[in-house]
Amino acid sequence: MTIAVLLKQVPDTTAKITVSGGRVDESAVSKWSMSPYDEYALESALQLKDSGGEDIVVITAGPARCEKLLRDAAAVGADNLVHVLVENIGALDSTQVQALLAAAVTNSGAEVVFCGKQAADTNAGSTGPGVAELLGAACVTLVSKVSADGDGYTALRPSAAGSERVAVSTPCVFAFDKGRTEMRRPNVRGIMMAKKKHIETLTAGDLGVDLGAASVTIISHSPPAEKPPGQKFEGADSVSTVVGKLRDEANVI
Amino acid sequence: MEFTVIAESTGGSLHSTTAQLVGAACALGGSPTVVVPGGIGAEEAATIAGVSKVVSMVGDCFGSFDGGAWASALAPQCAGVVLAAATPIGREVGARIAAKRGVAIVQDATALAAGITITRPIYSGKAVETSTISGDCVITLRSNAFEAAGDGGSAPINVVDQSADVSVAVKEAIAKASERLDVAEANIIISGGRGLGSKENFIHLEEVADMIGAAVGASRAVVDEWGLPHRMQVGQTGKTVTPSLYIAVGISGAIQHLAGMRSSKYIVAINKDPEAPIFGVADYGIVATWEEAVPALKAALAAL
Repeated sequence: MTIAVLLKQVPDTTAKITVSGGRVDESAVSKWSMSPYDEYALESALQLKDSGGEDIVVITAGPARCEKLLRDAAAVGADNLVHVLVENIGALDSTQVQALLAAAVTNSGAEVVFCGKQAADTNAGSTGPGVAELLGAACVTLVSKVSADGDGYTALRPSAAGSERVAVSTPCVFAFDKGRTEMRRPNVRGIMMAKKKHIETLTAGDLGVDLGAASVTIISHSPPAEKPPGQKFEGADSVSTVVGKLRDEANVI
Repeated sequence: MEFTVIAESTGGSLHSTTAQLVGAACALGGSPTVVVPGGIGAEEAATIAGVSKVVSMVGDCFGSFDGGAWASALAPQCAGVVLAAATPIGREVGARIAAKRGVAIVQDATALAAGITITRPIYSGKAVETSTISGDCVITLRSNAFEAAGDGGSAPINVVDQSADVSVAVKEAIAKASERLDVAEANIIISGGRGLGSKENFIHLEEVADMIGAAVGASRAVVDEWGLPHRMQVGQTGKTVTPSLYIAVGISGAIQHLAGMRSSKYIVAINKDPEAPIFGVADYGIVATWEEAVPALKAALAAL
């Protein structure tokens, strides 16, 4: 069985986001990383590979800088690397991104897709369910553990009562929440092998996708609204004063 | 402009976000149709002011959650601009309905204006994006960011028995370990960080939480290092929360943590380090050790 893992390169969560000329300044981003939830998706796929011998194809859509992301995934054990080359990925709307990724999944032959529940930049969470819809696949979101079970898979997801174990058959998409195990670190051999690994680079045209025009247009980015400076107090004696203010000024208790 | 609102329910009645979705549609001049998955809360939805009609969807597929099946059953009832709540269910069903209709989705809007112009936080609140969307679309709205429509409506209810193939089968339900309130739902949150010294000291925060009906949250550092449940984690790789009151105890305020809680209405920070970044977002900062401040907090709350 081939598992496709969808990865997105995003500014590292420790990176400062600066806005310049009404746009987030990508050139000021100090470090680009794999989106954290995608790491859990990849690690879960690697664990299935360890136990069941699944083949892992990692797929990303984005500009040339995303090559590093694919090599990082290869260094920990991804078998095949697919780069859907899109220069300005941020200008595409959900329909366009999903069309590209769904076509790339189909092209890879994978019947199971792993991805993060949302990317750390757009925070949307549309990709997993949207790609599932285009593939005519079942989708389970916010999963923390996925196991192979006969011809299908079982997954653990949160529910109103706590959590529940659900079963699905292929084709299926799993969108991962934070799991119990962090992504493994690459060893030297993995890093060396990854450097030489072939990357299949595809354009929208190669995938037979006509992107058309985006129906969402970004007008501007701006920094978050500054809060007025707060009031600061010294020592535990001030706690009762603050509690009084929470009741009388803020009306929150 | 035509609007469709996807209702959501919790514990057998309508979720508070549904009236907010109606309020947002009305503010844009709409008179929405409210589509109610499973029919739960349909009568209540009909009394929300400004609703033109309620479609109560009673198909078998609504017995458990399968976003694909729900979207298949709901999509034929969706027209124009579809609004759903930016909850896990709303986001997933919204994304599938958008993909099924071949229209775009924008998630987690915090403001809408004519056009439709959408404001939403990106990078977990480190920046704000303003965009416009044309034609039919799906937009999910952040809880508590929009004024709820009032009651007094009396919209007609159409019952539609429409199911779809379910492909996600629930095999086993696992009860929650604790009955404690979830940070994503809570109106007041008290969170602890490394400054508490050890996992055991969270008991003191739980005691405060019980006095004021708060949820207990945690920073990423203590979730990872002390093995606290991930559902408690507030921040960029945990929950993004917007309670009325957020009390941070022994949390220095790493950029990822601030991203997850800075939109809280009021923030109280208790930290012994006067230079801690958490004070930069706090409405009320208290420079003190938690060992002194938390008992004082309990005493002050008890005296209210």
